[in-house]
Amino acid sequence: MVKEKRNGTGKSSLLLLGFMLLGSFLSAAAQDRIKIELNMGQERPRLAVPDFKAANGDPQTAPLNTVFNQVLWNDLDNAGIFDMVAKSFYPSQTPGQPAELQAKAWGDPPPNAGVLTFGSLGVNNGKVDVQGWLYDVKNPGAPQILGKQYKEDATPDMARMIAHRFADEIIARLGSGIAGIAESQIYFVSTRSGNKEIWSMDYDGANQKQITKLGSIALSPRISPDGSRLAFSGLTRDSWQIMMYSLELGRTVAFPRNAGDNFSPAWASDGTKIAFASTIHSGLSEIFVADANGAGARRLSTGKGDVSPVFNPKTNGQIAWVSGRTGLPQIYVMDADGSNVQKMTDQGYAVSPAWSPNGLLLAFAWVRNYGPGVLGGSDIYLMDIASRQIIQLTHDGGRNDFPSWSPDGRHIVFQSNRTGNEQIWSVLADGTHLQQLTRQGRNSQPNWSFK
Amino acid sequence: MNKSKSNRIVVLGVLAFLMVASGCKKKQPAPPPPPPPKAVSATLSANPTSIEAGQSATLTWSTENATDVALDGNKVDPSGSQTVSPTQTTTYHLTAKGAAGTQEATAQVSVTPKATPTPTPAPTPTVTDDQLFAQMVKDIYFDYDKADLRPDAQQALAQAAQVIKQKGWKVQIEGNCDDRGSTEYNLALGERRADSAKQALIRDGISADVLKTISYGKEKPQCTDQNEDCWQKNRRDHFSLLH
Repeated sequence: MVKEKRNGTGKSSLLLLGFMLLGSFLSAAAQDRIKIELNMGQERPRLAVPDFKAANGDPQTAPLNTVFNQVLWNDLDNAGIFDMVAKSFYPSQTPGQPAELQAKAWGDPPPNAGVLTFGSLGVNNGKVDVQGWLYDVKNPGAPQILGKQYKEDATPDMARMIAHRFADEIIARLGSGIAGIAESQIYFVSTRSGNKEIWSMDYDGANQKQITKLGSIALSPRISPDGSRLAFSGLTRDSWQIMMYSLELGRTVAFPRNAGDNFSPAWASDGTKIAFASTIHSGLSEIFVADANGAGARRLSTGKGDVSPVFNPKTNGQIAWVSGRTGLPQIYVMDADGSNVQKMTDQGYAVSPAWSPNGLLLAFAWVRNYGPGVLGGSDIYLMDIASRQIIQLTHDGGRNDFPSWSPDGRHIVFQSNRTGNEQIWSVLADGTHLQQLTRQGRNSQPNWSFK
Repeated sequence: MNKSKSNRIVVLGVLAFLMVASGCKKKQPAPPPPPPPKAVSATLSANPTSIEAGQSATLTWSTENATDVALDGNKVDPSGSQTVSPTQTTTYHLTAKGAAGTQEATAQVSVTPKATPTPTPAPTPTVTDDQLFAQMVKDIYFDYDKADLRPDAQQALAQAAQVIKQKGWKVQIEGNCDDRGSTEYNLALGERRADSAKQALIRDGISADVLKTISYGKEKPQCTDQNEDCWQKNRRDHFSLLH
């Protein structure tokens, strides 16, 4: 890292050093506290997930079974709430139905599983039939927890969908009541069609498809809480406007335009309000809130260069945003009526706040050390709002930005240029299970659906 | 052929024979056979045979021993001429019918697309508004994360203001940033940079309503190298003449 002359005096350098020392002292306690808030819990069931059995010899059965098993394993492994039993510990015989289950073989060491999922998949007459079970293999009598049956058209997409559904059932049952995210979507910006448009994909990176065809520049996608409309900022012939795409109708629908530039829309979690940045009042970017149809816009902030608002999704009573009013951008929080402004960060270059679903944490992108010559490594951080404690989520260098929380509050999707150009990555909020989701073109500004 | 059709033909043939037979003069010495009808001839020519779209050609025809002459279905004199102006290559048909039979003649007129007119020699080039604008209203540059105008920028704007006022130009001010910052924040920073220039031009006597601002953030970089030279080039306001 090139060290350039910093504007800071000796005093601020000492303060910085002090903060860093204090930060590292606190980090263990901060990690625990944040872990609790992330619902990543102390008790993790030991889950064994043997492959489902092929129910018949239909030529489509084996390939669809392969897809199903892969997706089911990934969904459960990535959920962040299970201690997955390594496959190398599995007994040689796996059950395809309850009659075949030998619970002791699974509950005893070496597998030492607490819960077991198993089942079978078969294709008949162009339909794929899946039967799946979840059993407690530790307790006497090995009670059944779940038994599910699925029947869909025999395609790889349907095999994926069934796996997602079954995984979500298991997660809901065993994961302290928080719904699984296997059917959630991620919206993002991609250049691969030739210019920046909004795309969508499954939460695991599958089924990437183009949504908008603006033919210009489309930025900052934000899906509505009910998943029906996608707000974004689009460049028209002479200005930036908030635009609304209806996923149901497959086209943009009317949304009020104004004579300024408008950026970074954000939804209240009840779907009734949209916050955004606009230059309409002063020629400088300020935070506004309007009804979900764009009517009744009123100005909340009066800063220099205010952008990137986000609602507290738990209460919708607060908005976090970015302001350059003191120089480099910092994160602020205010009440949803514009009052009670608090500054959350006071050093470095802090942008892209994202509020956790439980309302307790802010994820954001931060360049702790800044300056004209420094190549600006930006990492994702998590802040506990009540205590202001911060932990660092990414460490591997490069520019990491635009964190977005999953609906279960356990995962974060973000953009990173660590492979050489911008791509979308997901990670568990404890820093594990880092996965690259996109590879083609340049991909940025991911936004995780509300459900 | 089926049976009813072949029957009909026999009947017709018999009838025809009877008609012919009954048409003959009865019981008189056969008259000398009439001389065979003179052969029909027809010629058709076009002059010229090749024209440019928009020009005309003359069709000229003559026939012999024809009673019924038509040019592409329209009855015409046995000989004559006609001016035509086809828009595409056309073949004309002359049909001449006479006692001896029918003769046809054709002539083709080829049509080539209009030739481009010889360009008139260009006048001595004068500087256009766009060129003058580009010369007089150049990009101004900013420091990292700053939107305030450096002395060189202020000077450049003061000079630009003179020409803008004099020419009555309408100007779009486009704020840009280097690529190291975040997409959304850079859009806001670009707006501040555009606004800085706008305020300076207003102070220099330009009316606010001929000045429009927009930010492109880091979306429209001039260069993409990862060094200060390129980053400085991107931290700029660019000016466009609004027509």
